[in-house]
Amino acid sequence: MKTVSIEPNFKSWREMSRLLLGDMVEPANVIWRVGQLYPEESGFDDEMFFEFGKQGEEENAKGYQRTSQLPRVPKHFMSLAETLSSHRSGKQWAMLYEILWIITYGNNKAILYHHTHPTIRKVENMRKQIGRDIHKMRAFVRFRKVSAPDDDNSGREHFVSWFEPDHLIVRLNANFYRKRFAGMNFSILTPDECMHWDGNQLSFTEGVAKTHAPEGDELETLWKSYYRSIFNPARVKIKMMQTEMPKKYWKNLPEADIIEELIRDSSDRISDMMEETNRELKPRPKNAYLDYLDELNQGE
Amino acid sequence: MFLGTYNAIMNTIEKLEILADAAKYDASCASSGGARKDSSKGKGVGSTGGAGICHSYAPDGRCISLLKVLLTNVCLYDCHYCINRRSSNVRRALFTPEEVVELTLSFYKRNYIEGLFLSSGIVRSADYTMEMVIRVARLLREEHDFRGYIHLKTIPEASPELISEAGKYADRLSINVELPLQKNLKVLAPEKNVTRTREAMQTINSRITETLVTRKEMRRSKSRAKKPTFATGQSTQMIVGADGSHDSDFLKRSEDLYGNFNLRRVYYSAFSPIPEPSVLLPLKSPPLVREHRLYQADWLLRFYDFQVDELTTSEEPDLDLDIDPKLSWALRNRHVFPFDVNSAPLEMLYRIPGLGVRNAQRIVRLRMYHKVGLEDLIKLRVNLKKTMPFMICSDHHPAKLEFSNEDIRLRFSPPPKQMELDFSAPVIGDKVIIENAETVTKLTMEAGKEAMHGEF
Ligand code: SF4
Repeated sequence: MKTVSIEPNFKSWREMSRLLLGDMVEPANVIWRVGQLYPEESGFDDEMFFEFGKQGEEENAKGYQRTSQLPRVPKHFMSLAETLSSHRSGKQWAMLYEILWIITYGNNKAILYHHTHPTIRKVENMRKQIGRDIHKMRAFVRFRKVSAPDDDNSGREHFVSWFEPDHLIVRLNANFYRKRFAGMNFSILTPDECMHWDGNQLSFTEGVAKTHAPEGDELETLWKSYYRSIFNPARVKIKMMQTEMPKKYWKNLPEADIIEELIRDSSDRISDMMEETNRELKPRPKNAYLDYLDELNQGE
Repeated sequence: MFLGTYNAIMNTIEKLEILADAAKYDASCASSGGARKDSSKGKGVGSTGGAGICHSYAPDGRCISLLKVLLTNVCLYDCHYCINRRSSNVRRALFTPEEVVELTLSFYKRNYIEGLFLSSGIVRSADYTMEMVIRVARLLREEHDFRGYIHLKTIPEASPELISEAGKYADRLSINVELPLQKNLKVLAPEKNVTRTREAMQTINSRITETLVTRKEMRRSKSRAKKPTFATGQSTQMIVGADGSHDSDFLKRSEDLYGNFNLRRVYYSAFSPIPEPSVLLPLKSPPLVREHRLYQADWLLRFYDFQVDELTTSEEPDLDLDIDPKLSWALRNRHVFPFDVNSAPLEMLYRIPGLGVRNAQRIVRLRMYHKVGLEDLIKLRVNLKKTMPFMICSDHHPAKLEFSNEDIRLRFSPPPKQMELDFSAPVIGDKVIIENAETVTKLTMEAGKEAMHGEF
């Protein structure tokens, strides 16, 4: 048994896997340990990645040599591994190594398309969870406007938001947000990591607590009245709403405050409508444009 | 007209309440399929391309993706199913173009929406109204460099020049046909006309194609000139249950519009009670499940190679409300079943009830390696209960008599007293999510590609 320890990122896992592959360590014989997410800058030296126990030094050297002949793997696997790095569970590393082993030593690239293989199913599932999380973050971040700091004369608007992702996806969404909101300054605060855009560059800082996020925005009144008005009380489908917008997100969505009220009042609103008497027809008013349309219609 | 007085006394919230309320009967919320653009080299905000995003959901289960409002609910027309028709007594309001622009940008910057879906009641004339609508889009694009999604409702009677101009700013244009048959429009929407609507759709479709061709040529000749822009798609909506039209009428109209004008989507909206109901309308709204079945049938037409004549017949012009249209077709065509999923061509697999496009494709891939059996199907999460009577696999062969039509039908009919609430995910929502999930995975993979070397 070999216990290896990596940082929870793709690069670190890849370095380690190269060594393990080089030494032909079978997947069943590796225990993967994951270090902290954002280690101190100073701790970033190579030794940290390769804790091979007693004969560590030698093994490292051998490993490096062997990796000069890198095995080829399908692109699809690389992107899979890269995406999966952001899974919070930490369980992905061992599975990825197992797949890598099958691809290289098992000489079986088709494993990736073997949708009924238990490990493939698990990683595909993880990938779906990450995909969903990325998507939900794009959907449910709500910015609040804050006044610009005193030293800022740029005239740019500043927005800040608070979000709690399931997985470690802040960076996976960085380009999306930068491209979408290039013309304004923004920060997205999360417990894991925060992202900031100042019009020139993206930067990342450590995660913070929710108390750092602003409390409200005057536009939220308008947004809620829009939410209220666009809702059709004649077709309440609460389950459908909750599948798409699970309750765990509600606490950070301003419009969620009025959901209960809308549901409560909907049946009254409908019975009021049902009781309306039908309106009689009215004759066509005199109007040049309507006359013109009428002529067109006669011509048919 | 008398718009001025309304404007002066109403604030933005009041107008928003009236004009969003008036817009909510339009089912379209899609914000996908815009040309890829973003704000990185601009001075404003906004991006489109790829899957649309639903930023919220209302308790009616519908996605909220766009600021969907009317410029005004004052209208000259008298469409009886519509709350804004001239003979209704609703409160009227009018936004100024600047107000809509401001609302769109403020909502967008807070990440509430993907963009704007603007339509309008018809004031003065089609051209006059169209010009007002275009003004909003032009302000957004040119003054504010807004690169988010814009969907403009188009009026078929507006001049082709105006329709073309609208398309320059919009990602999507739409004209609602409302009812499938002209004879019913004549009664319920006397100002509207199918022929004119089809002509306008034709105009839009040719502009879309022309623009694509020009852009392609410019790319090929490496031209540096500014490429023309135009909406990338058009859609429409029909109201279900307001007139006597059969499901076959709806589906034939859809087939016509998809086939001739290349529509992206046809939306079906179950007629729902409105305040100020007209005497010409039915008292009851149709069951929502009818809308659901139409979406399922529509899906079969577009992605499963079904024909309208297979889904409805002259004896049964309406879809079965109890079971889905594919199962219903399969029961009418028991003689083609069962067949072996290990040998049947892909198109045949599409026809097996309970088997979706994606799983059918997976089976085809899987069977290259080994014979597909029940265990594989279970792992693929195939709905076995539904598929088993219709297919053969390595360890399953249904004796034809084992499953009578009556049995199957009973098994998949809803229990007698099903509440509307139980019927959770209609196809439309369902599919939207799947599309999204796939695209996101794709996007994520693309994002990963930048740092990728293809070798390990
Ligand atoms: S044209 Fe008809 S459907 Fe459109 S707003 Fe006027 S009355 Fe309503």
